[in-house]
Amino acid sequence: MTMTEDPTTPGYKWVGTRPIRPDGLDKVTGKARFGADLILPNMVEAAVLRSRHAHARILSIDTAAALEMPGVQAIITGDDFPPTDDMAPGDAHQAVKVMARDKVLFEGHPVAAVAATSRAEAQAAAKAIVVTYEQLPHVLTVDEAMADGAPILHDDLITANVDPAPETASNIASRAFFERGDLDEGFAAADAILERSYTTKPVHQGYIEPHAAVADSGQNGRANLWVSSQGHFDMRTMTAKVLGMSASKIKATPAEIGGGFGGKTTIYLEPLAVLLSRKANRPVRVVMDRDEVFMATGPTSGSSMKIKMGIKNDGTITACDLWMAFEAGAFPGSPVGAASMTALACYDVDNFRIEGFDVVVNKPKVAAYRAPGAPISAFAVESMIDELARAIDMDPIELRLANAAKEGVQAPYGPVFPRIGFIETLEAIRDSDHYRSPVPEGQGRGLASGFWFNIGGNSVATVNVHADGNVSVITGSPDIGGSRSSMALFAAEEFGIDVERVQPHIADTDTIGDTDVTGGSRVTLATGKVVVEACRKIVTDLCRRAAKTWDCEIEDVEWVQGHAQHVSGTESPLSLADLAANAGRTGGPISATHAENVRGAGAGFSTQLVDLAVDEETGQTSIVRYTTAQDAGKAIHPSYVEGQMQGGVVQGIGWALNEEYIHRADGTLDNPSFLDYRIPVASDLPMIDTIVVEVPNPNHPYGVRGVGEVGIVPPMAAIANAIDRATDCRMEHLPMSPVALLEAINERNAD
Amino acid sequence: MITVKFSATAKAVTGEDEITVEAPTVRRLVRLLDERWPGLGDQLTEGMAVAINGEIIPDALYEDIPDGAEVHFIPAIGGG
Repeated sequence: MTMTEDPTTPGYKWVGTRPIRPDGLDKVTGKARFGADLILPNMVEAAVLRSRHAHARILSIDTAAALEMPGVQAIITGDDFPPTDDMAPGDAHQAVKVMARDKVLFEGHPVAAVAATSRAEAQAAAKAIVVTYEQLPHVLTVDEAMADGAPILHDDLITANVDPAPETASNIASRAFFERGDLDEGFAAADAILERSYTTKPVHQGYIEPHAAVADSGQNGRANLWVSSQGHFDMRTMTAKVLGMSASKIKATPAEIGGGFGGKTTIYLEPLAVLLSRKANRPVRVVMDRDEVFMATGPTSGSSMKIKMGIKNDGTITACDLWMAFEAGAFPGSPVGAASMTALACYDVDNFRIEGFDVVVNKPKVAAYRAPGAPISAFAVESMIDELARAIDMDPIELRLANAAKEGVQAPYGPVFPRIGFIETLEAIRDSDHYRSPVPEGQGRGLASGFWFNIGGNSVATVNVHADGNVSVITGSPDIGGSRSSMALFAAEEFGIDVERVQPHIADTDTIGDTDVTGGSRVTLATGKVVVEACRKIVTDLCRRAAKTWDCEIEDVEWVQGHAQHVSGTESPLSLADLAANAGRTGGPISATHAENVRGAGAGFSTQLVDLAVDEETGQTSIVRYTTAQDAGKAIHPSYVEGQMQGGVVQGIGWALNEEYIHRADGTLDNPSFLDYRIPVASDLPMIDTIVVEVPNPNHPYGVRGVGEVGIVPPMAAIANAIDRATDCRMEHLPMSPVALLEAINERNAD
Repeated sequence: MITVKFSATAKAVTGEDEITVEAPTVRRLVRLLDERWPGLGDQLTEGMAVAINGEIIPDALYEDIPDGAEVHFIPAIGGG
């Protein structure tokens, strides 16, 4: 279902339709090439030796025996990498993340890599490498890491944004802080005040395709790199930095990608493949196993949060005091800053204090995961708001409407909101059949909302019109959510031609200009905008060519439905194919490029409603009905908008009910497989009903806001709220697994 | 003249919620603020974005600031 705010939205012919994706046939027939599919002549395979300790000093690495193993072509360790002394802190951390130097900081931390003629030989040789460790005490949670006397991961880590700066190192990398108004006054004005503590566990993005890279380093200091990632330009730049190379010396070619969700915006294998290839003088392929993906690639943060919130009986939120500590993994960089900025962004609150800490622990460095940080703080805030709604006996939607952020409201992180569509998502749920239907007997109904900024950024598009009048659209944005289709739809709409005549391509780093990652919900907005602008340059050029053909002024020519028309009607219209066939005589090839650091991203909001049933004998939660309403600005390809909304919800359901990293006391991961790390499958789920709200973003030619991320923000709180209403058990810790919920039910019964 | 509104973190350095200054570009503004509060320039540029009249701009150092604008320095935003 789509609800369009603006009835004057032009009647597009192609935008808003649902053509089959151009890459669909290759993907369902197995022809598409993903990261692990590439085979080059003389290619060898690699294996990575990883630490089995959570925290240990490397005393020695002996590769002598391994080098003598059958098929071994090359072995690399930290000694093969450039020193990190002159690198910026973030680059140095990245370099040490991909290959340990003097210490290992998490189980799975690479300590060596081997290239051999077969994968089995590489794995056997990796096992033959002798590493001598001195084990060190480890910390696995923020509470452990922030405790007095905690083992320190980095001797030079001084907490940033604290005044005065600490004089000694700790595991606290930085502090984020936002406040407004007067907390004491706010709480004094409240009729009800609640205080709660919440925790969440690290959860993995859970993409189906493991990480993979192929590298072919030449003797001229250049390297070809094939990557499965959300952004091959960033993979190239990061790889070059940790290897001390110029970025232009690496040509990165995008493979198809089997899911990323933020987790494939950073490097793991790429520098290893380039170095091994350089040393072996042969192309090298390296592919992770699933346990390596879990152990060594970024989940999102586990967290600890404390919140105090006050409310008046009329529903006005008077004050909020939120404290958060996020696990960053082994190196600084958790999304606690974004979590702090988004926590209250749905609401207009006069008095608040939000303090967040970025804390290193002996786990893999966290990576981005859909709306990084926002789902975690939303779990606390949206759970609390639901409890307050119950405390003052107010409908949860009416409470949110009473406090809702809208145009002109100052966001908690500073700027004033332009036109946004939060209220429209609340109204869409309120008016839905789901909300108007009574809660079935024995079930609970929960609601929650969420915010994400969405971003713009650097994108480039080249559009070529071929001699037959068909069109190629070339961009640098890997397609992880159907963006090829959206780019084709934009071009079809601009030219007024059938979408089947537009072929979208994703080009390598030498062929198209630098483009930011496919992340931040930015591609349809930013890459879409540069496609539109490139098409418009061509339309102007086509009108000029028609004027030349007709020997008239360009002002006498207009572009209408795929044709140049003379305003007088005296000339026969010229189609795109007519003009393309004559291109050599009217100025040469028809082509245009547009590059831009695109601004004007429109914030995204989502409101979600869930009905669920809890088996009180087992603690098992069954999702019975789920409806999600989200402001897309404009849905360019509605199927992919709905898919993003549904995907976000489903990942949120997994986060809410089952997913967690379970560590043993020695700091090793106990569940590094999809058997024991339980993500939802189709049989766990009802159809996720979608309501696409369209409040156009005035800064985009088609009103696009971006849709990939905000859908994962509300589910955990929505489900916790529904469980509370179904069972009278307020769950404050994720996941709300059968074990945890059964324990809560037993405690309730004991009371 | 433009209005610069400080976050709670920056306010710990400036002691003020906001100031009004003459600065036609972000670069000029950062230099001016750093002269007044030494060290603040680094804090406002490393890992930060700038919101000018509500529009969040990453890598904004060379951005023009229109007269009368409201400027916020906020943490840079990525995404998944």
